[in-house]
Amino acid sequence: MEKATRDAFGEVLLALGEEDEKIVSLSADLQDSTKAIHFQKKYPERFVNVGIAEQDLIGIAAGYALEGFIPIVSSFAAFMTTRPFDMIRMLASYNNLNIKIVATHSGLTVGEDGGSAQMLEDIALMRALPNMKVYCPVDAIETEKIIRAAVREDGPVYIRLARAKYPEVSDPDEPFISGRGTILRRGKDLTIVAIGYMVSRALEIAKILEKEGIEAKVVNMSSIKPIDKHMLKKCAAKNGRIVTLEEHQKIGGLGSAVCEALSEVPVSVKIIGVDDRFGQSGKPEELFKEYGLDNESILNEIRGFMKDV
Amino acid sequence: MDIIKMENLARRLRAELLNTIYNAKSGHPGGSLSSLELLMTLYLHKMKIDVNNPQWEERDRFIMSKGHATPGLYSVLSEAGYFEKEELKGFRRFGRMLQGHAYRSIPGVELSTGSLGMGLSVGVGMTMAGRLKGSNYNVYVMLGDGEIQEGSVWEAAMSGGHHKLSNLCAIIDYNKVQENGFVNDIKNLEPLDERWRSFGWNVVVIDGHNFKEILGAIESFKEEDSKPTVIIANTVKGKGVDFMEYDHNWHGKAPDLKQLEDAVANQIVKR
Repeated sequence: MEKATRDAFGEVLLALGEEDEKIVSLSADLQDSTKAIHFQKKYPERFVNVGIAEQDLIGIAAGYALEGFIPIVSSFAAFMTTRPFDMIRMLASYNNLNIKIVATHSGLTVGEDGGSAQMLEDIALMRALPNMKVYCPVDAIETEKIIRAAVREDGPVYIRLARAKYPEVSDPDEPFISGRGTILRRGKDLTIVAIGYMVSRALEIAKILEKEGIEAKVVNMSSIKPIDKHMLKKCAAKNGRIVTLEEHQKIGGLGSAVCEALSEVPVSVKIIGVDDRFGQSGKPEELFKEYGLDNESILNEIRGFMKDV
Repeated sequence: MDIIKMENLARRLRAELLNTIYNAKSGHPGGSLSSLELLMTLYLHKMKIDVNNPQWEERDRFIMSKGHATPGLYSVLSEAGYFEKEELKGFRRFGRMLQGHAYRSIPGVELSTGSLGMGLSVGVGMTMAGRLKGSNYNVYVMLGDGEIQEGSVWEAAMSGGHHKLSNLCAIIDYNKVQENGFVNDIKNLEPLDERWRSFGWNVVVIDGHNFKEILGAIESFKEEDSKPTVIIANTVKGKGVDFMEYDHNWHGKAPDLKQLEDAVANQIVKR
């Protein structure tokens, strides 16, 4: 079953609106694409469209947060974390306000819209902010869990969603726990730590590696900040080999976070991501190939890694 | 309001805030001196507040969007009774309550600020939230004139006008001077009143050092029920200290001892 994480967001936002009158939804005129539109239709008095004004969006959300509401702001990742970064830093982080920031259309799967719309730097930006939690759901099921968890906990949260449909990978009965990774496959030779769409790819890749005599553990690290340092250290101790996969720049994303967590232990970390370039127009599969994120490219990288390390 | 009493208090608070900056050896005298009467009128007279319950739900809210002009704000807050005068000695000192820029944990301070251009949007949000709650509190946001060169202020101005937020009052400390010179030489704001009017705001232009006019402006705000209000307060940067007035060099510089003594003497002798 494949379902877009943004569709799951639209649904859980609506459900939360029903359950809790403190929930307000704010948008910068992209609610038809982020799917916050369902909430808008049902609870128009609790929905704010600020127009194309992301700085105003965060400021107004902060006002609602100060007044005891739970503002969930949503837009495309390319606009959500960039234009209003100062406002996110000062209002969400520095004031430690209860603002939930949901960004859809992250990564390369945005496709045809091209490089300006393919946000590959958002995790780097959000991770660096004190008080900010950073989550990346692996599928539609986990999206609901994470949004609900984010609303339950206090403080600013950044949640990275996408445009495309993701295959179902997570266990509906397992709760999401902030700061914990999920082991989806066991393996003794190396650990593949992945986020979002790359997790399902990691599982495919692990199956292929098994045939080549390489046993790969696969971890869904949907909680990027706080990251599961304990689990990572255990994985590192086992075989000293970690490969990270993300639809994000190599700089500052999941790979960097993993390296930071393991900086004091002996381990080799291969970071697989976009290599300091912007995206471009194309179909997701074409783009993955161009930027080294297709299965073939990743397998070659891992094979080389296993030989060298 | 006893105007004479307030004018005397203003002189006293000017001396006090200059001492605060001197002790810290850093701070922003120019914009603190220009905004004093406005802050005094709000906190000591016009705003509905309870200093023993700073989070009283029905209170009027005030956002110091020009977050660097803390010396005057802190003097006024302590005068109002939010905290002891003793705290002023700890301004900008490590481990003390009164941070260099407005900080939310200080009683009486609604929002930590310090990066210009955000406060009005937050004020918009607070006002809209008030509407949603069915509350009637007023929201005041003080802006610097240099600050309104930030485009984000105009996003908020559009929102305020669009949503007809009649409980929202922006106050511009129009002292004409920013860090490196005159505001209108750097990025012209005129015609300032027309600009706000065209964004759907009720505009009131006053002498920002005249208590009577400030009171009148706030009354005008309270009477206006279909638009937000902006009070364009013509003020003097460095007001009350002859060697600081109109001078951009005193935007963010602390006086030395001799300068402090001269400045404090200004408060007793000249006026």
